[in-house]
Amino acid sequence: MSLPFYVPPEQQVRDKAEFARKGIARGRSIAVIEYVDGLLLLAENPSTALKKISEVYDRIAFAGVGRYNEFETLRKAGIRQADLMGYLYSRDDVNAQALATTFSEALGAIFSRELKPYEVEVLIAEVGEPNRIYRISYDGTLNDERRVTAIGGKSEALTEALRQGWSEGMTLEAAVALGKSAFRTSEGRDPEGWEAAVLDRKNGRRTFRRLTADQLA
Amino acid sequence: MSPGPRLPLLFDIPAPGSSFTDLLSTLGYTRPLEFPTDARSVTAPVGTTVLALRYKDGVVMAGDRQATEGNLVAHREIRKVYPADSHSGVAIAGTAGLAIEMVRLFQVELEHYEKIEGSRLSLEGKATFLARLVRNQLPMAFQGLVVVPLFAGFDELMGRGRLYTYDVVGGRYEENDFGSTGSGASLAKSYLRTAFSDGLTADQAVNVAVGALVSAAQEDTATGGPDLRRGILPIVMVIDKEGLRELPDEAIRPAAEAAVEQIR
Repeated sequence: MSLPFYVPPEQQVRDKAEFARKGIARGRSIAVIEYVDGLLLLAENPSTALKKISEVYDRIAFAGVGRYNEFETLRKAGIRQADLMGYLYSRDDVNAQALATTFSEALGAIFSRELKPYEVEVLIAEVGEPNRIYRISYDGTLNDERRVTAIGGKSEALTEALRQGWSEGMTLEAAVALGKSAFRTSEGRDPEGWEAAVLDRKNGRRTFRRLTADQLA
Repeated sequence: MSPGPRLPLLFDIPAPGSSFTDLLSTLGYTRPLEFPTDARSVTAPVGTTVLALRYKDGVVMAGDRQATEGNLVAHREIRKVYPADSHSGVAIAGTAGLAIEMVRLFQVELEHYEKIEGSRLSLEGKATFLARLVRNQLPMAFQGLVVVPLFAGFDELMGRGRLYTYDVVGGRYEENDFGSTGSGASLAKSYLRTAFSDGLTADQAVNVAVGALVSAAQEDTATGGPDLRRGILPIVMVIDKEGLRELPDEAIRPAAEAAVEQIR
């Protein structure tokens, strides 16, 4: 019987992290921008059929970058958990923090236990007082963000560009313009198509709406 | 998986589809209730008359506000007509507790499907699913706890209002012009049969709907007529291609007053 080679845990973690980061770096980014009535989620997405941004619950949205099948699994799990919570208890008992924590736990467990980590970075946004934005990485790292943030390949440069241009009380139109120019700055090219949605307080119970091409023009 | 305040992230569900009801049963939340062998049927409040009728741009649904238990009024202001989603509504008759729970599940089911799949079920799909929920209640029906809904909505594929009635075993029947269920249903239907005509406007259809409820309340003691003194009015919903809207009391009051006046 042959024994597997010993690989020190530090090495294993490094290798997995590098692998996951490479996968995510290939993906196009997604930005979140707070505006006066809620949150705008803006993604560079050449496909009109496959979505990266989705409604999870009344005030909560999900966005994911990386491998489609992996963040799609997370998206559906999030919707299931939110709907189950809301059905068993009350719609008021569903919040972004609980969802973000479960995603973080799940991604952390997958990262340490599975041979191949998930090559994804996901985002949970909730409109409320205050708005909440959580960013969860491939290894389960959970970050609580304010006002603007980004995930994906060029997320750092994109976040920086968003921070520079953001101001209190922006309209939706201004937020869309900021997002588009930040993408151009960080990518250094013209993006190939947009996908955008808002969580807008003025939309009633279900605050999620996709933006049409006209609203994005 | 055991239910608890911190729910498990739902990765490991065998073949999780897009149905919330199936999710509940996979997780063990819908085990059939067990009754003692010598169980007698219990009495619980029942909802009475609800109806729907087609008009030129869609459908109107209406229901009285009373729940009855034996010869007593159990609730005077119960709601029996609910939005199911943005373009359809569901009204209930029968054991109120079970029916209200069925509506809650139906509402979550439609929204769950829409979020998971990224598109809404067709109207026919919704109607078929509701039939399954009714059929799941069959063991309870044998205990005398019967739930019979009425489903109506705007069919975005066909571009017109459609409505469905059900029976206790989950039989689903599409009605052409109008439908009603509950203890006062036959009375409401005879009113509708004479008052209905093709091409009614929304306002006319609302008047007919309220008139039918008032008429049913005259003969069926379990149906509550408009209580103008207390300000308890029927619930009326109008569904057209723009979606579902519930009429405010001010919009129903004139119709209710006129209908009550006519009775005298």
